[in-house]
Amino acid sequence: MDKKICAYICTGCGIGEALNIEELSGIVSGEMKTECKDHSCLCGSEGRAFLEADKAAGINTFVVCACSPRVMQTEFDLGDDTITVRANLREQVIWSAGQAEEGSEDSHQEWLNETAGDYVRMACARAKKTDLPEPYLLETLHKEILVMGGGLAGMTAAREASLAGSKVTIVERAAQLGGKALGWTKQFPTKAPYAELEAPTIGALIAEVEADANITVVLNTEVARIGGAPGNFGATFKPAGTKSEWDAPAKVGVDEQDRISKGEMEDPNAGLKPYAKNNGDAQKFGAVVLATGWVPADVSGYEHLGYTDNDRVVTNAEFEKMAKDGKLSGMNSVAFVMSPGGEEHDQDFPYANSVTSMVALKQAKYVRENNADAKAYILYQHMRTPGNMEMFYKGVQQDDGIFMTKAAVTSVTPSGNGCTVVAKNTLLGEDLSLDVDLVVLAAGMEPTTKHENSINLAYRQGPAFLDLDLFDGYADSHFICFPYETRRTGVYTCGGVRKAMNMEESMEDATGAALKAIQCIESADRGVSVHPRSGDKTFPEFFMQRCTQCKRCTEECPFGALDDDDKGTPLPNPTRCRRCGTCMGACPERIIGFKDYNVDLIGSMIKAIEVPEDDEDKLRILVLVCENDAYPALDMAGMRKHKISHMLRFIPVRCLGSVNMAWIRDALSAGLDGAMLIGCKYGDDYQCHFVKGSEIANKRMENIGDSLSTLGLEPERVRSEQVAITDYDKLPQLLNDFVDEIVELGPNPFKGF
Amino acid sequence: MTDEQGTTGAILVVGGGISGLTAALEAAEVGNDVFLVEKNAYMGGRVSQLNQYFPKLCPPSCGLEINFKRIKDNRRIRTYTMTTVKSVSGGPGNYQVTLETAPRYVNSNCTACGDCAAACPDEIDNEFNFGMNKSKAAYLPHEMAFPRRFVINKAGLSADGAAAVKAACKYDAVDLDMQTETRTIEVASIIYATGWTPYDPTKMDNLKFGQSNAIVTNMMIERMAAPGGPTDGAILRPGDNKEPESFAFVQCAGSRDENHLEYCSYICCMATFKQMTYIRERYPEAKIYVFYIDLRTPGKYEKFREKLMGDANSTFIKGKVADIIVEADGGVTVVAENAVTGDKIHQKVDMAILATGMQPTQAIAPVNGGQEMDSNGFVVSNRATGILSAGCACKAADVVTSNQSATAAALKAIQVTRR
Repeated sequence: MDKKICAYICTGCGIGEALNIEELSGIVSGEMKTECKDHSCLCGSEGRAFLEADKAAGINTFVVCACSPRVMQTEFDLGDDTITVRANLREQVIWSAGQAEEGSEDSHQEWLNETAGDYVRMACARAKKTDLPEPYLLETLHKEILVMGGGLAGMTAAREASLAGSKVTIVERAAQLGGKALGWTKQFPTKAPYAELEAPTIGALIAEVEADANITVVLNTEVARIGGAPGNFGATFKPAGTKSEWDAPAKVGVDEQDRISKGEMEDPNAGLKPYAKNNGDAQKFGAVVLATGWVPADVSGYEHLGYTDNDRVVTNAEFEKMAKDGKLSGMNSVAFVMSPGGEEHDQDFPYANSVTSMVALKQAKYVRENNADAKAYILYQHMRTPGNMEMFYKGVQQDDGIFMTKAAVTSVTPSGNGCTVVAKNTLLGEDLSLDVDLVVLAAGMEPTTKHENSINLAYRQGPAFLDLDLFDGYADSHFICFPYETRRTGVYTCGGVRKAMNMEESMEDATGAALKAIQCIESADRGVSVHPRSGDKTFPEFFMQRCTQCKRCTEECPFGALDDDDKGTPLPNPTRCRRCGTCMGACPERIIGFKDYNVDLIGSMIKAIEVPEDDEDKLRILVLVCENDAYPALDMAGMRKHKISHMLRFIPVRCLGSVNMAWIRDALSAGLDGAMLIGCKYGDDYQCHFVKGSEIANKRMENIGDSLSTLGLEPERVRSEQVAITDYDKLPQLLNDFVDEIVELGPNPFKGF
Repeated sequence: MTDEQGTTGAILVVGGGISGLTAALEAAEVGNDVFLVEKNAYMGGRVSQLNQYFPKLCPPSCGLEINFKRIKDNRRIRTYTMTTVKSVSGGPGNYQVTLETAPRYVNSNCTACGDCAAACPDEIDNEFNFGMNKSKAAYLPHEMAFPRRFVINKAGLSADGAAAVKAACKYDAVDLDMQTETRTIEVASIIYATGWTPYDPTKMDNLKFGQSNAIVTNMMIERMAAPGGPTDGAILRPGDNKEPESFAFVQCAGSRDENHLEYCSYICCMATFKQMTYIRERYPEAKIYVFYIDLRTPGKYEKFREKLMGDANSTFIKGKVADIIVEADGGVTVVAENAVTGDKIHQKVDMAILATGMQPTQAIAPVNGGQEMDSNGFVVSNRATGILSAGCACKAADVVTSNQSATAAALKAIQVTRR
């Protein structure tokens, strides 16, 4: 695109009164050699018409020097064929200036103009370096969805996707569809008044799936590996229970690869095709829904409950089978034990969620329905029947053959043909000793991902989901706000593999996962990113000739978007990419960049900052700010008119992970006196939208501190901070304290070199 | 509706809280046109009033911000605030929906500069903060409000105030003659994501809400703890601004009770544990008493509970609160029976926090919109009619479950457009 740039300074919202507009225009037209206009209210209808007229006259790159880029986005969007760059003069300059101290009105005004001047310079520099994005489009887009697992969740996902017009293949390990639900005698109530158990619906769902022309069912089969990327996944199938040379290779890190080549370590992937090897026979899919379900948790470790050596102690899953098989005769008194902690703790069995409470209620009803004189005892610490299931609980309470009490079960021992259950701290005001025919333990539901890779990706970063331990083995990387995120684009989990849930919840979850799969394929079709930068048309481009195969980008990508070849040269998969720029931040050769966001672009913005010499009142400190949380917090600080030091210059970044340390070095060698990164919280409860960005940036900053010392610069001149979006009242203090420290250190000794 | 992009149907999402935002965005990012209507002047709904989410203790505005960004970046979503559904006619695939937009008295010229609020002499109760402080009659509903545009409460504006506000606006954005607008849209399917309302605590006579400043609700605590709240983050007893030295949490205030809400409200146990962290952060020594029936913190929430139950200054009592007695010194005495020991408990505290339950908003102010409701006012999804529900409009749920539900509802709504 042949760029025609014009800058527009809005004088509304007090900007015109607070700043010397003539001087700013002079900077744009003189120093930045860019045409400049001003307007009294650029976002209003007249202002907008003013911009439209210029567009008609050929301007295609608009530098809008007005309010924060977070507001008036639509007003300043002049269309897909134009570029808009914003300079934040309102929130970040005039609203953050504070009041002049008495007697220093002149220097206050001077500082204010200098700050505004730098934001205008940076915006002009950015405009010059920004190009229009061209979306990445796959040569052939495959739209069929692969569903792994033919149980309730998998079949629901397939059926729901089909109802929206998608083609689906279900791969099921077993010889039949249905999964665990085939074994359920009855289901929880799903509608008001939530009183009666319902007949199983799994048979009807199987029939629907089998009759659905959009759905292909492949039984007795497993997925050996999945390579490729959204819109173009290649899945290799194999007979269930067999090994294949196409099994997904284990992750081999850089160090391990070294040791393997030196013969110091056995190759875990011997006999397997390399992960990046393309199987021509693989079936093509656009997205994957993982619905491999759960396995009953092992309860043999709870010795006081006697599961291992007492055949009158069974798990809830085993009891369900007994009921299904009609083997409840003689079970005239059954105790359900909800919590294994005895007097130690009051938690339920691990991986129980609230399902096991409801299962116990259901199974107690089986006992009663089998024999009207039978008794069921439910010994719980906390009865967990959330939402409408409370009404089911209330209904079961009406049955005078079902006894329920809070209780700490301390032992289960054999006695006669049954067991004796001893419990303390009951609601009956005394310890309890029950003789029963059978004890049922409320074992949890462990996700298959706790035991195996399940998803079997042939990816550079390995076949499994990452950091599962943070989420108890569940692939749920953006838990709370964005439940379908797995850090593997185009792969969505649902049902028991993501959380212990009942059938109704599972079906709803599967429906959501089907949507995400369809959405990912549609996004790939449009060449745009999925969440969190939904709709972003840019993608990282690599100048491979200068790649040194350092492997940092392939290692650090939080979404595993980059594979590599034998030499270690990255093989980008743009449809896996979330556009966070972590690869760009990682690259020491600066060869990765986006059309509107790259090392040179931000570097040029930094170079555009005017660095006054020999003036201790005019130090300059660069602050690279994560645009997701920290930048809004900064805006809010401005809205609240908190004073922020005039020495700071803020540049928003996509994620701190995208910050290339070259920028810090450039800034300090250009004579800036300090540099700071502000991003999201990291750690177990990370708030980084790209999961790892802020954590990685912090590590990089630690390393750069060391290299600064070797140059004779104080490592204290650089810092990395974590803030939450609501830290707007704390942020000014944090920034101003850093400024004070830099002032204490004095000007950058390299200034002027 | 067929638009220039050639899609065959638009979707209406009623309610711009976390569920509605999620449903609208997920559908629009598939490629459908979406109308998102919200009755408040701002998007974000109930979660925008929360200080933090459990169990990560992260601010909801973090997730909202990115959802707002997604909306700004997506031309397929049209948002209407201060807008409600007046009527629905037609059938699946072609519903005609009449929307009514209440006057904001501030037009699209507003730059959110804040001059009107600065000039406005009149104050009104701040509803966003449950009336715990005042805002100007020309105001931004809350600090992170999206859209970032001011609102005028005309009833709260004096004649002088009207003149001052009009004079202060340099952009001619104040329009006190603005009228209610109606418009009719055509959509293929409708998702009700109308959310929940805290159960009215005055309905429980024994809990004495309104009779003592020491009795507050859990949602009021959220606002107090929030940095932009009425007390700038301090938890103080309303009225005398006392820093409480003791707190009682009254669980199931309205929930699991046939006379009030027969179901379990799902979130209140976790909300209480979360609010214990707010208290601890501010008052490391304060005594906390939690009166409960069951502690419903299943699955991954157990770890969070475990950590807080280890707190030496906190006591957990299994027992439903029978009465709260208002004391002369400004405090209250909470009366309950310990279900395990049988002991009668009279616990005097400086502040009692009612863990009020979740009532579907449709139970209180039902829309005439063709939706099917159960006896508690939850909206039941009906695939045949294409009138669906998401989040707490369909069941009591936490945020993550609401988002799953909203994503599922989005697909069901899309299916109607593709039939």
